[in-house]
Amino acid sequence: MDTSANKDRAVLPESTVRVDLRINGRNYVLPDIWIGENLLYVLRERLGLPGSKNACEQGECGSCSVLVDGVLVCACLVPAADASGREITTVEGLGRTLADPADSSGKHQEVQEEELTQQEEGVQELSGPAMIASSIPMPQLQDISVTDGMSFEGVLSRMHPVQQAFVMTGAIQCGFCTPGLVVAIADLLNHNPHPSSLQVREAISGNLCRCTGYGRIFAAVRRAEELLAGTA
Amino acid sequence: MPPMPSVPPMPPMPSVPLAPGTTREGGWQESSGPAGFSGPFATSGLIGSSVIRPDAVDKARGDFAFSSDLWAEGMLWGKVLRSPYPSARILSIDTARAQQMSGVMAVLTWADLPGDQVFGLEAKDQPVFAHDMVRYSGEPIAAVAATHPELARQAADAIVVDFEPGPPLVDPDEALSAPAIHEEGNVFRHIALRHGDIEAEGDVVVEGTYEVGMQDQAFMGPESGLAIPSSDGSVDLYISTQWLHVDRDQVAACLGLPPELVRLHLAGVGGAFGAREDITIQVQLCLLALRTRRPVKMVFSRAESFLGHVHRHPARMWYRHHARRDGTLVKVEARIVLDGGAYMSSSAAVIANATCFAAGPYRVPSAAVDGFAVRTNNPPCGAMRGFGAVQVCFAYESQMDRLADALQMDPIELRLKNAICPTDRLITGQVVGGTAPVAEVIRAAAEAPLPEPASGDLLELPGGAGRCAEYDKVVRGTGFAVGFKNLLYSEGFDDFSTARCRLDGDMATITCAAAEVGQGFVTLARQVATETLGVTKVRILSGDTNEIGSAGSTSASRQSWMSGGAVLEACKAVADRILSMAADTLQVRPETLRLSGGHVVSGDGIPLISLDDLTRGKPVEESVVFHHRPTDPLDSEGQGNAHVSFAFVAHKAVVDVDVELGLVRVVQLSTAQDVGKVLNPLQLLGQIEGGTLQGVGLAVMEELLVADGIVQNPSFTDYLIPTALDAPDIVVARLVEEPDPLAPFGAKGAGEMPAISSTPAVVSAIRDATGLALSRVPVRPQDIANG
Amino acid sequence: MSISLCSMATISGIARPVSLEGVLDVLDEDPATQVLAGGTDFMVEVNYGHRKPQSIVALSRVAGMRTWQVVEDHLVIGAGVTYSRLMKEQLAGLVPGLAQAARTVGSPQIRNAGTIGGNLGTASPAGDSLPILLALDALVNIRSKHSSRSLRVDEYVIGPKKHALQPGEIIVSVRIPLSDTSQEFLKVGTRNAMVISVAGLALVVDWRLGRVGCGLGSVGPTPIRASEAEAWLAGIIDWEERRIPDRDGYGQEFGRLVARAASPIDDHRSSAAYRSHALSVCGKRAYERICRQRRQVSPGIVDGA
Ligand SMILES: Cc1cc2nc3c(=O)[nH]c(=O)nc-3n(C[C@H](O)[C@H](O)[C@H](O)COP(=O)(O)OP(=O)(O)OC[C@H]3O[C@@H](n4cnc5c(N)ncnc54)[C@H](O)[C@@H]3O)c2cc1C
Ligand code: FES
Ligand code: FES
Repeated sequence: MDTSANKDRAVLPESTVRVDLRINGRNYVLPDIWIGENLLYVLRERLGLPGSKNACEQGECGSCSVLVDGVLVCACLVPAADASGREITTVEGLGRTLADPADSSGKHQEVQEEELTQQEEGVQELSGPAMIASSIPMPQLQDISVTDGMSFEGVLSRMHPVQQAFVMTGAIQCGFCTPGLVVAIADLLNHNPHPSSLQVREAISGNLCRCTGYGRIFAAVRRAEELLAGTA
Repeated sequence: MPPMPSVPPMPPMPSVPLAPGTTREGGWQESSGPAGFSGPFATSGLIGSSVIRPDAVDKARGDFAFSSDLWAEGMLWGKVLRSPYPSARILSIDTARAQQMSGVMAVLTWADLPGDQVFGLEAKDQPVFAHDMVRYSGEPIAAVAATHPELARQAADAIVVDFEPGPPLVDPDEALSAPAIHEEGNVFRHIALRHGDIEAEGDVVVEGTYEVGMQDQAFMGPESGLAIPSSDGSVDLYISTQWLHVDRDQVAACLGLPPELVRLHLAGVGGAFGAREDITIQVQLCLLALRTRRPVKMVFSRAESFLGHVHRHPARMWYRHHARRDGTLVKVEARIVLDGGAYMSSSAAVIANATCFAAGPYRVPSAAVDGFAVRTNNPPCGAMRGFGAVQVCFAYESQMDRLADALQMDPIELRLKNAICPTDRLITGQVVGGTAPVAEVIRAAAEAPLPEPASGDLLELPGGAGRCAEYDKVVRGTGFAVGFKNLLYSEGFDDFSTARCRLDGDMATITCAAAEVGQGFVTLARQVATETLGVTKVRILSGDTNEIGSAGSTSASRQSWMSGGAVLEACKAVADRILSMAADTLQVRPETLRLSGGHVVSGDGIPLISLDDLTRGKPVEESVVFHHRPTDPLDSEGQGNAHVSFAFVAHKAVVDVDVELGLVRVVQLSTAQDVGKVLNPLQLLGQIEGGTLQGVGLAVMEELLVADGIVQNPSFTDYLIPTALDAPDIVVARLVEEPDPLAPFGAKGAGEMPAISSTPAVVSAIRDATGLALSRVPVRPQDIANG
Repeated sequence: MSISLCSMATISGIARPVSLEGVLDVLDEDPATQVLAGGTDFMVEVNYGHRKPQSIVALSRVAGMRTWQVVEDHLVIGAGVTYSRLMKEQLAGLVPGLAQAARTVGSPQIRNAGTIGGNLGTASPAGDSLPILLALDALVNIRSKHSSRSLRVDEYVIGPKKHALQPGEIIVSVRIPLSDTSQEFLKVGTRNAMVISVAGLALVVDWRLGRVGCGLGSVGPTPIRASEAEAWLAGIIDWEERRIPDRDGYGQEFGRLVARAASPIDDHRSSAAYRSHALSVCGKRAYERICRQRRQVSPGIVDGA
């Protein structure tokens, strides 16, 4: 029952829009996307930023947490078309901008306009290392020291303190919830550097984790708190 | 004489010290491992330390590629159309309109399937696509591929199926006598276990009926994958699964291809817990890719995920315990009915577990247990963490509390009195053997200190954020439970594992298809390789199904033992060869040498030859297939040496209950577990905390509700799993390290145990707070408030 | 990006006006255009294929709808104010019951995006802001390009997820009388956070106007006013002394009357019997909490308020 293979391969559902996005300090132009596409889909499937995860697409799990104009929200509930012109930070941008001040004050200031005329080509054009990693579908199970040729401490130091804390405290199992939690906890500690344990629980109550029972995640919050306060 | 070069210090593998008191409290034996695993490979140092996951950095940065993150040039989106009816005849399927929609590249049904129409883990009874009948709501009927996921959805919606719905068979007890709804009949398996003197009677008899609702694994990473066709008619499937090779065999059979032409690769897995043992999207994805000659990606929505994978079997259990006046158990009678849903999946093995472990970790001289797994028009059920042991543990531990009540005996004392020992027999007639520190786990968990009373903060009281609790209406209760389960596969099944080790210079590459689903096998493999070979550069590859043989399933608490064992043996084989090469060169006996810091060193640690010199450019490679001790099938009375080994666990629960509103907050769970040996304290702690919370979920909130065969709550809005505000403090009172003589390192599998006794412990605590009988989980607010 | 209006009869695409007038123009041009606020209901429907937008008008850039102000003895809260804003000190001080309700909604992510206007727009019987808006006697301010009107919440919600908006109309704000009130909101759900209400209750006692408001959620096709219970409670309060009698059995009776107002159903979230029971318990507890608050506040301050 194959249908003929000569139909336009870039066909989209009816009603399309143009979107200009600013993500992790870079500008992206998507001339033609379906009006119903959420920001999460655009990040993951069009821009090669699959760090934000898609566990439910109904706002219940928080695995897609991002900052939009500095506000923590679920990317799956943000219509991409309504995100134009807003400043979006994803897990990919978190480490790079916050942990490496030189990076954020330098490169990320300059605007790079990238016109994506055709969606699939666009993705390819934008496909930095992140995209390659995910288009060659090979889970990265390799030893850190083997892949980077960099010391473990060196790798850690280039990550956001919350990310470091997650690595060091065993807060990661399958890791599907991790990017969302990292963004949510970075946001929490940004607003409240020394939250009580109940405040922590309330702040991450929208981030479901099925593997850890949350115990090591609470430990990671404490470690991150110390790292950020310089007391670790 | 020039000074000997000193051994370069081995760069430490990243590991973390545990906060004092987190796990190492009490019961911490420094064992050098059981005989057979000592010598030059003695497990000391890295084995037993909290080495950090090698994938942690990528996962924290969002760089780790899960199966839903995959992308390929020109790829299409797949979508499955499912039956809305639990039982219906299919009169016709009209795909014409869907096929004509722009952007739609394929619409496939049963008629397009070149090979087997059916698949299954134990019996091939489940259609890839329904043909003339649908037997559960959610059964796949057609699959489409389109250029955009929304178009794929619209196309699936445009397929017209003419159904003739019939009355669904939804009651598992009725299924035993109702007309068959499948040519294979309605009874997947009946085990009539008879042990000892079944006429025996006790002085005291307690009876009860218990129910367990349908729990879902609810992993976070939805079913997803990417299939890429090749011009030679073969296909590569990148998929999240628990067992690549068993998927491959089923997929190849349905595609009508020889297995070599279907290459499965492990993509990042976002949790599993049993739900990825059966295939879900694998065949459809490959078929769509082969037909369209384009890469096809599919990602389940959360709703599809709830409909698309198997669940934990709901159970109805009747029990009668007989005991002497002094509390000695005399006999256990039980009738266990598991609802297997429409297709078999692993129902036969689940009911075997439920039946074999029906009496709990107790010395029970006589037993009569009838275990049934039946077919209904409910969603198919199969593997979930605890696999049959969870359901019966709720029942037998509830019974033990009841018995203690009837005897006016302390429930801990009753359990201790009957705790099973290695020389005792299970109700299957099998001698427990090995190690069975049941009394130790009971004592340690029972003695754990109790938490402080709740603060007045409404967030911390039952009802949490809803601020409906009243502090002085909240009653605290404590409860206790013990449980156990088999490790590895049983009943004569040889679930071997394959691993390959290659040493090239100072870099070791381990290839093993063991599915890393979050449990941390990759960390263990690295610990083992580093420790055995004395190198720090270790790559862990999962290979594809053509590159390496099967590693068996990531289930049954088996990968540390089986694939850990395979990796250990492969590394040892490489080490042996290197040592004998070095011995030849150095003209010494190989027993005088060992590997350390990238060198062959002498007995007192003086480096003699570097691995680089020995193997660079001429790598040493060894592959091994690792087996466990063989087991026997169960006989017609449910007797036999069917299991390899067992692990034991206890939980003490503390709950706060708002009795008027029926709301519960689980405050604390203290646990003690029989682990054999701790391989990585931090990862073990993660298994214990995570598994325990899943048990808490089953106790107080998690249930997939099925009404007339239709799932009512296939979403995270209504299938509730615990949030951070629901999570109790989980305290590890003790990890009992009595090495299992059969296990590599002496380590028992640890993944499932925490999910077994946590549920009954919580319910026991709620009973303590409320005085109610509570014979069903999850305990709902109405069960307490209107109870 | 905005779209040109004059050339199109049926708009396709998204309009993101910066003023309310811009929004009303778009809706006037094509009343089928779908209004988007925080997206927390809207996008769940889109993601699951239950809503297929052709054209959207987004409120995100209408700054005027995202503010609140006190106008004489009323508080006017823009439809675009999020739950997180409602929980912040200043607003929480003015309408504590609304802040309490806001804090029970979803998760931080949902509260950061979801708006009070969107909660009304969805008009679900489980919408957590609705019982308290009912109890507060709030008015829903509605506008179209050519008209403006205000409705009480029980006039506005006319059925399960059905409201009284006409094509081209939009909610611009809610208007809440400011007075000397005691307020309580309680929500029962089967999880300690992030849960849809199984039963919710809001109680407001207005000491100055001598009025009791009691709104119920998730126990009927629409949010419900417990009028009989309100009247009973108003009858036993000593309005002169501004005192609520803290007597045995009164809380119970109030709870009983509250539950009588409800018409709950059995569904996958709970049973009708439990919902009624939970409501009566919440009614009793709300009553007792207000009694306790009254005891704690020194009469001088109360009178001077
Ligand atoms: C995970 C999750 C948890 C949730 N938990 C809760 C909860 O606990 N309690 C609760 O009450 N709700 C809950 N919700 C529902 C939702 O968050 C609220 O209803 C929210 O208030 C909707 O507001 P919004 O701004 O996101 O609206 P949108 O989703 O943007 O819009 C909702 C509807 O209202 C219409 N609309 C929006 N603004 C206006 C306006 N100004 N005039 C006219 N129509 C308008 C839209 O057209 C749409 O039909 C939850 C949702 C999610 C995803
Ligand atoms: S994917 Fe966005 S909240 Fe779950
Ligand atoms: S969901 Fe797997 S680590 Fe949190």
